[in-house]
Amino acid sequence: MSEHEHETQHSTGGEPGAEAHEENGWLHVEKWEGVWIRVAVAMTVVFIAAITVAAMSFGITVPGATARINPMTLNDPESPFANPGIRELAPGKYEVYMVAQTWNFVPDRIEVPVGSEVTFYLTARDVIHGIKIANTNVNMMALPGQVSVLRAKFDKPGVYNYICHEYCGYVANAPIGHHTMYGQLIVTAPDNTTETVQVTQ
Amino acid sequence: MSVQAIPGTQIKAQAASPALTAEHLKQVDRIAGLNILVAILALSIGALLGVFQGLEHARVINIYPWLQPVIKTYYQGLTLHGALNAIVWTTFFICGFFTFAFVRSLNRPLKYLWMSWLAFGVMVLGLLTAAVPMLTNQASVLYTFYPPMLADWAFYVGLTLLVVGSWIVGYSMYFTYYAWRKENPEKRAPFIALAATITMVLWQIATLGVAAEILFILLPNALAPVLGFTAPGMDPLLSRTLFWWFGHPLVYFWLLPAYVSWYAMLPAQTNGKMFSEPLARLVFWLFLLFSTPVGFHHQYADPGIPEIWKYIHMIFTFGVGFPSLITAFTVVASLEIGARARGGKGYLRWITRLNWGDPSYAAQNLAMILFIFGGIGGLINASYNVNMATHNTMWVPGHFHLTVGSATTLTFFGISYWLVPKLTGRKLFTPKLALAQAWTWFFGMLFFANAYHILGLVFSVPRRTMLGEAPYYSSQWTPQMIESVVGLAFLTISATLYFAIMLFTVLLPRKLDKPIEMPVAQPLDPTPAPKWLDTWWPWLNGAIALVILSYGPMLFQLIRDAQNWSRGIRVW
Repeated sequence: MSEHEHETQHSTGGEPGAEAHEENGWLHVEKWEGVWIRVAVAMTVVFIAAITVAAMSFGITVPGATARINPMTLNDPESPFANPGIRELAPGKYEVYMVAQTWNFVPDRIEVPVGSEVTFYLTARDVIHGIKIANTNVNMMALPGQVSVLRAKFDKPGVYNYICHEYCGYVANAPIGHHTMYGQLIVTAPDNTTETVQVTQ
Repeated sequence: MSVQAIPGTQIKAQAASPALTAEHLKQVDRIAGLNILVAILALSIGALLGVFQGLEHARVINIYPWLQPVIKTYYQGLTLHGALNAIVWTTFFICGFFTFAFVRSLNRPLKYLWMSWLAFGVMVLGLLTAAVPMLTNQASVLYTFYPPMLADWAFYVGLTLLVVGSWIVGYSMYFTYYAWRKENPEKRAPFIALAATITMVLWQIATLGVAAEILFILLPNALAPVLGFTAPGMDPLLSRTLFWWFGHPLVYFWLLPAYVSWYAMLPAQTNGKMFSEPLARLVFWLFLLFSTPVGFHHQYADPGIPEIWKYIHMIFTFGVGFPSLITAFTVVASLEIGARARGGKGYLRWITRLNWGDPSYAAQNLAMILFIFGGIGGLINASYNVNMATHNTMWVPGHFHLTVGSATTLTFFGISYWLVPKLTGRKLFTPKLALAQAWTWFFGMLFFANAYHILGLVFSVPRRTMLGEAPYYSSQWTPQMIESVVGLAFLTISATLYFAIMLFTVLLPRKLDKPIEMPVAQPLDPTPAPKWLDTWWPWLNGAIALVILSYGPMLFQLIRDAQNWSRGIRVW
């Protein structure tokens, strides 16, 4: 951004700038325009800084490159997706292997106690799907050939819908299709009473 | 300087540009008019399908069972809605508008008029070719056609022709621009001609990604069963990456023609001047630089792309937001000059003195206001981890109905209110109706988009979904659904008005009282822009370098490690 500020008074409705420009001179920028450009630069820097801090310090991040798997081999005995479902790694720590396929998630029901930290491993069997677990930052695409990974902590009991959010097909008049593809994650309270209300806020 | 007019050698003399004859202008206007005709016809179908979708989402009425003789499913309708509105309406309107404005601005005939005719022919051929599978439910893949979903081959051939046709529109402009430059080596290129040419070059760079996806991945797979060879298979991540190379600069292809009008025409429609013409040039050059190396911000939620590359593209995305921030100041300042010339006073009271009575002006100013919200939403989407809250939710259609659906579309409505009378020699039917059209679109989109933003952000409602039939439909969505239907009602009235206005303007024999000329805003400061703002090589080479740096390493890896595990599937 090359600019050279002339303090000429040609604000809105004023006279044309009196100064002549050289053929290859700098760009003439009016005073308030220059102020605004600086504000815009500052805003951009602040936004990027905030995002960076959130990603680095608070660990609020996006899926990265983790693993690949041939969608034709998902059912092979050595495949981690051969038996999709939830596994307890340690008290309060779980991992979920999930397959997205036309037109359901396997598993489509997961139960964890409140306070659990769950790592989701997701892949797609056929076409591209997507998942967002309501009210969490778990939002990722499921691509055939790729494994998507994100982690979330569930501090509030309730029913969290996870919904397929990438169009994955529908045959006319069929009872199921992309819009029926969803599952529920149930976070149970310590006294083991599951609230039936959906968590929305 | 010695004059060397020997044939075959470089002509150093400033040979005057050939004169722009009435016959040539007539041809140019015919090309422009036909492009805009196709655009409006496409929008009439696309917009109608949009109304059906909105009504389905809100469970007002599911109209699709009745449409089945023509449209088999919601998703076939959605494919048509996206393709006709976002691709056909925009591309044809832009090609028509640019061909018209470029020739007027440069004040030079097109070097090869046949090329612009050829371009239109190829685009129409492409549209018809793609329309057949889309209308027969052979290509219900939505307008992003993510593999391994595989449509009928004719869909991809049609898309390719449409894009190649739009390239030829650009080539016709480049040749003319080059000829003009040779004839006028010392002059600054007129702003509108330069900005239009930059936009077409941006489009050329952008479409290379999707061209590679279609030619090397989709067409071989789609043609395999037809031609009887084994389908090579495909890698969905590589395909998506090539698509989004194209997918984001596509939005600048939609937006920059509106910017051309906001910067260089709209001030003239309200007695204003271009506040700082050189800065406007810089803005367009910055768009050329930054519009392509940003595609991973559409793939934040994708597996297989390291976070660091997503982060780098996030930085560039904020880079491409920057020229829009400059625009917010500079265009408003240009309009303020006009309002004050019209007797406006005070810090904000001058706003009432803008040329609100002119529908062409009002539509475009309202488009700008909606774009403020669209732009802020865009910065939120761009924000890497914040995007996790909104990605693929209803927030996204909320967002792009403010951008391409308002900033672009409402501006094009505004442009058509002077351009269609100009092209047909007929009076606008009528300015009052056109004003009502602009305002109803404004309020319609305000309600509609607001509702969809909230549905996505607060309730995680997914986009691209036949919501009315979804088992997870929630009564908590009701207030926003009602709001969206209110918006939809406004939009339906507005769209109906627009098509009626266009129809009656063209068909009724109401000759113009006085000829219309293209509005061209004069710069406030007549000093020509510095030469580096009229020089291609640093910007064009910079843009190419940035694309190579931002995409090269990752694309190299994706191609090297490509696994064609996936076979094309038809899931509709």
